[in-house]
Amino acid sequence: MNTHRRSTPLALYYFGLVTLLYLPILMLFLFSMNSSASLSFPIKELTLDWYKKLFAADEILRAARNSLSVALGSSLAATALGTMVSILMLRYKFRSQNILIALAVLPLIVPYVVLGVALLILFSVFHIDRSLWTVGIAHTIVALPYTLLIIASRLAGFDPNLEEAAMDLGADYPTTLRRVVLPLIFPAMVSAWLTAFTVSFDEFALALFLAGTQPTFPVYLFSQLRFANRLPIMIALAVLMMMGTLALVLVAERMRRVK
Amino acid sequence: MTAPPTPSVPSSSLPKIRRILGRAGRGINQRATFWFIYLPPVLWLSLFFVLPVLLMAAFSFRSDMRGDLFQAFTPTLDQYARVAATGSYWRLLGISALTALGIGVSAVVLAFPLAYFLALRAGHRAGFYLILLLVPFWTSYLLRIMAWKILLGTEGIINSLLLYIGLIQEPLAALLYNRTAVIVTLIYVWIPFAALPILAALQRIDPSLFEAAADLGARPFHQFTRITLPLSLPGVLAAFFMVFIPTIGEYVTPLLVGGSRGFLYGNIIQDFFTKAANWPFGSALSIIMLTATLILIAFATRLIDFKQLFE
Repeated sequence: MNTHRRSTPLALYYFGLVTLLYLPILMLFLFSMNSSASLSFPIKELTLDWYKKLFAADEILRAARNSLSVALGSSLAATALGTMVSILMLRYKFRSQNILIALAVLPLIVPYVVLGVALLILFSVFHIDRSLWTVGIAHTIVALPYTLLIIASRLAGFDPNLEEAAMDLGADYPTTLRRVVLPLIFPAMVSAWLTAFTVSFDEFALALFLAGTQPTFPVYLFSQLRFANRLPIMIALAVLMMMGTLALVLVAERMRRVK
Repeated sequence: MTAPPTPSVPSSSLPKIRRILGRAGRGINQRATFWFIYLPPVLWLSLFFVLPVLLMAAFSFRSDMRGDLFQAFTPTLDQYARVAATGSYWRLLGISALTALGIGVSAVVLAFPLAYFLALRAGHRAGFYLILLLVPFWTSYLLRIMAWKILLGTEGIINSLLLYIGLIQEPLAALLYNRTAVIVTLIYVWIPFAALPILAALQRIDPSLFEAAADLGARPFHQFTRITLPLSLPGVLAAFFMVFIPTIGEYVTPLLVGGSRGFLYGNIIQDFFTKAANWPFGSALSIIMLTATLILIAFATRLIDFKQLFE
């Protein structure tokens, strides 16, 4: 059989479409270095001024810091919850098991606008002021399906006999979890944590409903879209953040593949 | 609840009595561990996922926003009656579903050759090419949509470029703030994502099937229609639903590039919770959307075994 059939058109399509996918993003890069504040051609001259101005813009940096804290807190919580549900799913049998798993995965399906308004109602009913906390809580819910899927697929790959062996040797179950199971799934937990972090860091649809007076970065970015002359600074920051997120995602991918 | 794996091989060196005592202690220990890892997720999900949805359902049976949010009320079907009586909501739900259908089909059709190339033609560089494809998808969602807003605006990049090179004299106003802009932007957003489940399905096909088909005289076209396509169908369907479902609930993209002419169902929900501040009505609209989505998912899980795609 001829294994090297001509695949040039297919390769052309692939790289053509991939190039198209990059174009809008590359354009943002370009305009973050354009000396004129208006986002249109012709490009006047290239400059790093917007990046310099960025570090003097307190409000923007504060919004970025808000996003960092929300992402850090919610991703740690989502990873802990995801680990717990994974162990419950694969190492125990109990009556409400399927309901618990379904509930943990369901946020993947529920439209964000629906979840957003439902949480808005919850917090209003209990007179809880909207804050970074309320955004963070929402993010743990939407990040849980991801952390669960990543950690559970790693845990499923391990023979439960390893745990039995540990217990035969006299370890009680908490010790076995701590000394055998957690070290084994640790790479998956790191990958899950990074994934949850990027999910939260980038999340806008829920945060718009739930952020109070302290905006997260996407919410702040959205509120500033009206002011055209601030746009280049925002884009400069967005470009920096994008590179940060990208680095995290690549590390997460690496960790997921650790043998 | 049954305990996690219990020792199957007795350690014969220990006296029997100690083993029994040890096992009893271990049982208590295991039960404590179970509650320790069972309660946090159950409480968290009940409090912040189940309860809010139930409260929203309850809200949809209120007649108005008057009074304290937490007080008892007489349930009424007024809100649902109002939705049912107003054709424009159903029309918008239908339009949103059709839009999501169009976006889902387009993204899948455009992504299929990408996945095909990666799975069957790219060889040992496939991993690198896949990363190349996914980088745009990992880029900030809001940023990518913003990029399209800047691209399509009247003073935006496409217009200014066309003016600059003299192809047009007047900026084209029709590029932004309509449903087409929403559709184009969302297809752009979803293409890399749609390629993933198709790729997973294509990678599962046993290569010897192609050889067998070739030996039996099947031409490449027939190999494709008789082997590749049917066997990749679960991945294709999964890709479709993975695009379709988040798209029906989409409200951010219409807000940014769609304008009022490009609004989708999610936008009216958002409006009733922000500008119009009619939460009971907004809740009824949300419940309708949630029910529709869940029915669709139930239907989708009948069609496809999602589990096998993520192994």
